[in-house]
Amino acid sequence: MARAFSPKVLTANRLLEGDVVYLGRDGQWVSNHQDAVLFNDEIEANNQLAHAKTQPDLFVGPYLANAEMRNGHPTPTHFREEFRTRGPSNYIHGKQENSNV
Amino acid sequence: MYSYNQFDKDFNQTRVNQFRQQVERRIDGSLTEDEFKPLRLMNGLYLQLHAYMLRVAIPYGTLRSAQMDQLAMIADKYDRGYGHFTTRQNIQFNWPTLNDVPDILQDLADVEMHAIQTSGNCIRNVTADHFAGASADEIEDPRPTAELLRQWSTDHPEFAFLGRKFKIAITGAPNDRAVTKAHDIGLRMVRNDAGDAGYEVIVGGGLGRTPMIGKVLRDFLPRADLLPYIESVMQVYNVLGRRDNKYKARIKITVHENGIEKIREMVEERFVLQRAAFGGFDQELLTELEAAFEPPVYISAPFDDFNAAYRTDPAFRSFVDTNLSAHKNDQYSIVSISIKKHGQTPGDATSAQMRVMADLARKYGHDELRISHEQNVILPHVHKSHLYTIYQALKDVELATANIGLISDIIACPGMDYCALATARSIPIAQQIATRFDELKLENDIGPLKIKISGCINACGHHHVGHIGILGLDRAGVENYQITLGGDGTQDANIGERAGPGFSYDDIIPAVERIIVAYLDLRQDSTETFLDAYKRMGVEPFKLALYPPAKVAAE
Repeated sequence: MARAFSPKVLTANRLLEGDVVYLGRDGQWVSNHQDAVLFNDEIEANNQLAHAKTQPDLFVGPYLANAEMRNGHPTPTHFREEFRTRGPSNYIHGKQENSNV
Repeated sequence: MYSYNQFDKDFNQTRVNQFRQQVERRIDGSLTEDEFKPLRLMNGLYLQLHAYMLRVAIPYGTLRSAQMDQLAMIADKYDRGYGHFTTRQNIQFNWPTLNDVPDILQDLADVEMHAIQTSGNCIRNVTADHFAGASADEIEDPRPTAELLRQWSTDHPEFAFLGRKFKIAITGAPNDRAVTKAHDIGLRMVRNDAGDAGYEVIVGGGLGRTPMIGKVLRDFLPRADLLPYIESVMQVYNVLGRRDNKYKARIKITVHENGIEKIREMVEERFVLQRAAFGGFDQELLTELEAAFEPPVYISAPFDDFNAAYRTDPAFRSFVDTNLSAHKNDQYSIVSISIKKHGQTPGDATSAQMRVMADLARKYGHDELRISHEQNVILPHVHKSHLYTIYQALKDVELATANIGLISDIIACPGMDYCALATARSIPIAQQIATRFDELKLENDIGPLKIKISGCINACGHHHVGHIGILGLDRAGVENYQITLGGDGTQDANIGERAGPGFSYDDIIPAVERIIVAYLDLRQDSTETFLDAYKRMGVEPFKLALYPPAKVAAE
């Protein structure tokens, strides 16, 4: 039996800056995980992933990452993805510099 | 120190120009990421969790002041004002943008530096004893040989696409500070019965998924035979090494699966041919390189001020007792600068700190700096009359921490704070251990102790050879830390023994504390080091401290 699909966000690193981005709700790529679109449908998620792979001049290594809806926002379910939403823990560098995450 | 000749300069410049074009083609879409990735890796450029990372080689850990200044300039101009010195004598910049990297490589080339072969399945940056050319216990400075190996291995067409990465370390001293037994090839300078200097060749060491202590392939190799012999080893590895399974591709597995005798037989067979094929140019080159590594012109002067300061300033006394090592010239000392102030990230130095260290080396250190695999910076040649001045200048930029070789002098890989391969964080664990034992004021009482932390099984943090090793893993979506005990990275190299089940992020610091409390309780006296106590008693008393029976029974 096929495994149930767990909700996912589409993420990658930007080609020039290397920073983490997510596919947003309006089709734009966004920096904040909270603004990502959460796919509940496997086919739609895979279609978007395939589309992202056709834009190698913008992104590197797109993939689908597990997330779940918490307080109305997509939230990572794994610590690696949680770290990617903010930056390293030894300095206030990366995304956490410019946001309240 | 070696300065580039015209060939080196042209070669390096060509590589910079090539990479500039490759980056342009990647950005304009003519190269896909799959096409570009091997090209960027050959130039030390990784894509990590939050950004690109550029790994710059510091061959055999040796730097001139102007080079350190340039690293500081790069940190300020293209990065976040700091750099991270690694366990392989490299420096990593954590925040460059892709389009800046060609300019960074140009700035490096301008001071005879590069990022070539700091990644990929090739012969990597050759590492050496960080006290090379200075230490009292040394037979000979190994750096001419290290430079010879660098030149020979750079862009060597036969070894540019090996089955897996290949790491060589070299030491000229009997006290092994270069972890030669945990390298693909380790070279230890030794003397034969006739008193001639040559190499003990160790092969098949390595940490990572399958940790192995290297085996002696040749107990004495005459110096003139080094390149043909190493080339023979590489050829045998290229023939026998597995390419079907990435995890079995390192030479340690080749040696393990084929046996050292078979490897030796094949190497010796190849060596006859290789030696005949070498026309002696390597030895001419080595002679030139030896001239480039002539010792500095030492000064001779009174150092009464040093003696007076040592008597009157207790903090300086502590710095001297902890951070200095014996120099071959008895008016000199080797100064290890700890870039591990309690609570700081192991291996990180700010651009301001780099400039101060460069300036001190320029004024008082014969223009030389070293980077150790233990992630500290060394002034290898300091006359004792300058020690107090240096100490005061270091203190002003928080570089005078007297903790070399102590519990807070921790090796830690970048872990999941930066590394795309990591399975858990390392840096905060190191920071918390250092801070905790500083609060307890136990550091000096505990004495010599090496804690080494890796954030994944690849073991960049050398956890297997830590007296206390910590390995961060992902266990069911949660960070989990395994402890190994009794590892040793010296000439008595030993892989640590796993203590038992791992600990959570919150429980790992108290677990380390229990090990230390047990050691302090059980040691014969304060002269018995942790490692000696471990060797005497074995793992059991420490297991008991880590996993108290009462607690186990209650669970």
